[in-house]
Amino acid sequence: MTLELASNRETAPTSRADSPLAVRGMTVSYGQKPAVFSVDMTVEPGNMTAIIGPNGAGKSTLLKAALGILTPLAGTATVYGKPVSEQRHRIAYVPQRASVDWDFPTRVIDVVLMGLYPQLGLLGRIRPVHRARATDCLARVGMEDFATRQIGQLSGGQQQRVFLARALAQDADLYLLDEPFAGVDAATEKAIIAVLKSLRDAGKTVVAVHHDLSTVAEYFDNVFLINTHRVAEGSVEEVFQANHLQDAYGGRLAGAQMDALQLS
Amino acid sequence: MIWDALTLQLGYNATLVTLGATLLGMAAGVGGTFLFLRKRALVSDAISHATLPGVALAFMVMVALGGDGRNLIGLLLGAALSAAAGLLLVSWLSNRTRLAEDAAIGSVLSVFFGLGIVLLTVIQTMSAGRQAGLEDFLLGSTAGMLRNDALIIAVAAALTLALVLLLRRPLTLASFDPEYGTAIGQNVPRTDLAMMGLVLAVTVVGLKIVGLILIVALLIIPPVTARFWSERTDHVVLISGALGGIAAYVGAALSAAQPNLPTGPIIVLVGFALFALSLLLAPGRGALSALLRHRRYQRRVHLRQGLLALAHGQPIYEQLTLRLLRAEGYALPDGVATKAGRGRAAKALRDETRWQLIRRDPAYEAAAQQYDGLTPIETVLTADQIREIDSRIDMRGGVMA
Repeated sequence: MTLELASNRETAPTSRADSPLAVRGMTVSYGQKPAVFSVDMTVEPGNMTAIIGPNGAGKSTLLKAALGILTPLAGTATVYGKPVSEQRHRIAYVPQRASVDWDFPTRVIDVVLMGLYPQLGLLGRIRPVHRARATDCLARVGMEDFATRQIGQLSGGQQQRVFLARALAQDADLYLLDEPFAGVDAATEKAIIAVLKSLRDAGKTVVAVHHDLSTVAEYFDNVFLINTHRVAEGSVEEVFQANHLQDAYGGRLAGAQMDALQLS
Repeated sequence: MIWDALTLQLGYNATLVTLGATLLGMAAGVGGTFLFLRKRALVSDAISHATLPGVALAFMVMVALGGDGRNLIGLLLGAALSAAAGLLLVSWLSNRTRLAEDAAIGSVLSVFFGLGIVLLTVIQTMSAGRQAGLEDFLLGSTAGMLRNDALIIAVAAALTLALVLLLRRPLTLASFDPEYGTAIGQNVPRTDLAMMGLVLAVTVVGLKIVGLILIVALLIIPPVTARFWSERTDHVVLISGALGGIAAYVGAALSAAQPNLPTGPIIVLVGFALFALSLLLAPGRGALSALLRHRRYQRRVHLRQGLLALAHGQPIYEQLTLRLLRAEGYALPDGVATKAGRGRAAKALRDETRWQLIRRDPAYEAAAQQYDGLTPIETVLTADQIREIDSRIDMRGGVMA
């Protein structure tokens, strides 16, 4: 803990108890090589936080370990001050699009209804009210006309919006997204960011693994910089700076790229 | 004779076998669907081959304890235990070592099967008089099926169907998106365990009728066949169960009607016939429908390219293009455009110019995504939008002229 005090230049005002997502001492390893090493993170409520870092820096791994999808070697994660396992109903997760088989026999509306499974239980009937809710969530991402399409017929961006609609159906407080903008068209990116901002404006908390440095300042309030270790954490103004980025990316970020970022 | 068999009029034993097989087919079709959707179909092959040492050991133990050795429940219990051991070994090898699942399946399958065959040989030399035809478990045998055997199958099938009904949501989520399932609080490993338990139960119960070598066909062929007919998980499950039941019913009846036809292999062949029909004829995913769709698309492309060539006054080299233009009355045999052809060609060219314009304009992004070189622009844009685009084309043409 003393180590944390020493390195914590931008002191987070949020205490761990209220934080929508607080990670302590998280280490995840594939084989003998740690992908994430002793990482602390405290997400501020009612904000949009980007997790950024170079390829293989452990961005997605951190998110998955926090959710219990991967088993960490060490470390804990709490959601609103309680263990994740007790707070599942308050967490909505949008996995990477490439993580599922899109030839699976299921329709768009069926995927969105999966977001209601915890509420439906094992045998609860899907009633018109549930369908209406799913359709409403599809409408929020502009996909209501695609409800009965097989998911494989959609473009990549449309598939991503369906995943977001499924998360919306959960009506959670904390939204965790893994690379929501990877490989999507510009129209989808606009639609997704509009929905995420509306969630934030409604007091929800959004955390997204993000890879496009050029849009960080425009889309997000806070930044969590990671390269296996935590590099920096705080508001975009404080953290999205040349020195921190250089720390995280090392030589991988060319000078020209740094200039193009228009750092504040 | 065959009709008698299909209407269950071949006597008590044949009827018992047919009904037992039908229930087994339904249970295997339903249980196998999630295995197929989870892309772990081959695990069932490891499970089934891993039953053999258990059958042999159970026989030996029962004989050693002074029993008959042929008690079906005892044999199936042994089969279940060694299949579970094989299953655990497969998952341990693929999760805890660097061995991939296919290699793990291959190793476990062959080693367990080899061990089982050795044990069968030992049994043959051990007590020649009392061997209960354990070889029947390899390919199945319905000759001596008893009412109790059929009852065991019926109960197991009913339990399987009930379990799938109860777990259909977790099973669907574990198959489609296990990460999301975990994130919303589902215990995915436990769901997988339940699925494997389901498959194990179907396999063990099916040993008597179909045999351990072919039971995997009953678990895999029906769901693969059902997938041709539906894009919905729940429908695929139901269709698969129905197909499995039909294949088993028809197969068992056929083999009852002819004295020398083995039940298990005939059931598998009937299942394959249903698969072959579906592969060819299913709408949407069938091979014939895919071929027709491709041909239709190719013709549209050729016609469009031909019209654009006419509009530009270019020669047409491809015979298919020329034939299509002639068939539509757009061109004469020498490749010269008719009056109708000139009109259509001008329209095609104009549409192409409109498309190029909207594809460059961010305001029309959603519409531009539908560009495939074929879709008529009127189906994507409103008349007002087309007029707006046209005014821009006219302006540009005016400036350039």
